[in-house]
Amino acid sequence: MLAYIGKRILQFIPVFIGATLILFFFRAVIPGDPVKLIAGERDLPEAIYQQIVANHHLDEPMYVQYGYYMSDLLHGDLGTSLQRKLPVLNIFAEKFPYTARLALCAICVEILIGLSAGIISAVKKYSFLDALVTISTSVLVSVPAFWLGMLLQMFFGIFLKNVTGGAISLPVSGAGAISSYPVWMHYILPAITLASVSLAYTARIMRSQLLEVMNADYIRTALAKGLSKRAVIMKHALKNAMIPVITFIGIDFGSMMSGAILTETIFSWPGIGFEIFRAIGQRDWPIVMGGVILVVFVVMIINLIIDISYAFFDPRIRYGKKAGD
Amino acid sequence: MERTLWGDAWRRLRKNKLAIFGFCWIVLLILIALTADLWVPSVLGSPTFVDTATAAEMTRLRPSLEHPFGTDVLGRDELARVIYGARISLAIGAIAVSISLVIGLVLGTTAAYFGGIWDSIIMRGTDIFMAFPYILFAIALLAALGPSFINMFLAIGIIGWTPIARVIRSVILQVKQNDYVSAARALGANNLRIVLRHILPNSIAPVVVYATMAIGTAILSEAALSFLGLGIQPPTPSWGLMIADAQKYLADAPWLVGFPGLAILLTVLSFTFLGDGLRDAMDVKVTQ
Repeated sequence: MLAYIGKRILQFIPVFIGATLILFFFRAVIPGDPVKLIAGERDLPEAIYQQIVANHHLDEPMYVQYGYYMSDLLHGDLGTSLQRKLPVLNIFAEKFPYTARLALCAICVEILIGLSAGIISAVKKYSFLDALVTISTSVLVSVPAFWLGMLLQMFFGIFLKNVTGGAISLPVSGAGAISSYPVWMHYILPAITLASVSLAYTARIMRSQLLEVMNADYIRTALAKGLSKRAVIMKHALKNAMIPVITFIGIDFGSMMSGAILTETIFSWPGIGFEIFRAIGQRDWPIVMGGVILVVFVVMIINLIIDISYAFFDPRIRYGKKAGD
Repeated sequence: MERTLWGDAWRRLRKNKLAIFGFCWIVLLILIALTADLWVPSVLGSPTFVDTATAAEMTRLRPSLEHPFGTDVLGRDELARVIYGARISLAIGAIAVSISLVIGLVLGTTAAYFGGIWDSIIMRGTDIFMAFPYILFAIALLAALGPSFINMFLAIGIIGWTPIARVIRSVILQVKQNDYVSAARALGANNLRIVLRHILPNSIAPVVVYATMAIGTAILSEAALSFLGLGIQPPTPSWGLMIADAQKYLADAPWLVGFPGLAILLTVLSFTFLGDGLRDAMDVKVTQ
C-alpha cells in the first residue's frame, strides 16, 4: 500500500510541473510591458522602474524566472491583486469556504437525485420513468448550466413569488447578503444548478452499471436461490455497481470547482468563481491566474486522494495494473 | 449499390429518428446561417445596428408577428440576433474541433504507432492537460492572450485534443496488430504510407463519432466563455453573450434569456443525437 501511495505521488510531480509550466508560459506571453502590469499605466521614474524589474527578476532568463515563480508558488505566494493591492492568496482564503460549501451541497444533490434516478431507470427498464430519465439527462447535458440557473431563478424567484403573492419563493442570490430568507435556503437553487450536469452523468452511469451487473452470474445464482428481486438488487447488485459511480462522483468534485465560476456568477455567490469573474471584468490578471492555479491544485490533490482511497478499498488496483489502462 | 462502410452506416442511420432529427436541424441551421446576409437584414432588421432615434420605444418589445422573438434592450430584432449567433456557434464547432482533430490525430497516431518513449511522453502530456478542469484552461489562456475571436478558437481547440488523441491511440493499438499492416510493411511501404493508407482509414470511425459529439461541447464552451466576457465581444451576437446581457431583465423580458438558450439546447442536442446515431450505425465503442 505504501509503495502504491509513493508511486502515485511520484506520478503527481511531473503533472504538477507540466501544469505550472503551461500557466507560467501563459503569464509570460501576456502582451505589454510586465512592469506596467505590476505598477499600473503611469510614467515611472527610471530608478523605480529598474527597482521593479530587479524585484520581480524580470531581467533574468526565462528558466530562472520560472524557478522564482515555482518557489513563490510553493511558499503560497500567488502574487498581488492589481486593483485591490491585497495578496491573491488572502483574497481566496476568505472566499474558499463559500465555494467548498456550495460544492458539497451540490454533491449531495448529485448523489440524492442522480443515484435514485439511475437506479429507478435501471430497475424499471424501458418503462415510462426510464424514458423520462433518459430524455431529461440528455437535455441536462445539452443546456448551459448558467441558463438552467436563470430558468430556476425565473420560476422560483419571480414567477412563484408573483403567483403566490410571496408565500412560496426561493432566494435567487448568494448567501451572506442581507435577506429575509434563512441562510440554508440560499443554497438550494445554486446547488441544483451546479449539480445539474453531473447528476445527469451520475444517473446514466448508475443505470448502465446496474444493468451490466444484473447480467452477472452471481446475480442469477442469487435469484435462483429464491431471493426476492428487491433483496438481490439491494444486497448484491448495488454494492458492485456502485464502485465506478463513486469514482465518478469523486473526480467530479473537480469539475464542480470550475463549474462554480458560472453558477456563482449568476447567483452572485461570494466564492472563488465569482471573484475570478469579477477579476476578468477588471482585467486583474493576478487574481484570475492565481484562482486558476488554486483550483487546478485543489482538483489534483482531490484526484490523488480518490486514487489512493480507491486502491485502499479495492486491493486489485494496488497489485494489478492501473484502472483504465 | 456498392456496399461500403459509409453506405451501410448511412442505411442504418436513416432508421434512427433522433439522429435524423439532429441531422435535419443541423443542415437547416447551416443553410440559415449561410444565407443570413441575403434576407435577414431586410426582413427582420440588422442584428448589430442600433437606431438611437427609435431605440427607446423599440426596447424589449414582446414577441409579435413583426418581431417573432421580440426585441432586445437596444431595440434590435432578437430573431435576427439568434440567427447571426448561429454563425458564431457553428464556426466555433467546426474550427475548434478541426484544431483538436489535427493535434489529437497527429499525437495520438504517433503515440500508438511508434509506441515506447513517444507513447510515454505524449500520454503524460495528455495527463497534464487533463489535470486542468475543461473551462479553466480556456479561461487562463484567454486571460493571457486577451479575449478575441481567434484566441477563443485556439483555446477551445487546444483543450479538446486530449480525448481525441486517447480515442485514436486505443483504436490504432488494435488496428496495427492486423495482418494487412504486417503485409504492407513486408512489401516495403514506409511508415507514412502505412499510417495514411492502411491504419487511419480503418481507425477513423470512432474519431468521427467522437468529433460529432465534441462539436456540441465546443458550442457549450463558447457560450460559457462569452457569458463570462472572455469570448465574443459586443456588438457581435453570440448566444452566450445574449444570455449574459439579458440576465438583468429576467423579470420583465424573460424571452431574451429563453430564445438564445433554446437555440443552444436544440443545437447541442442535435449534435449529441447525431453522434449517438453514428456510434450505433458504425457499431463502434467510444472509449478514452
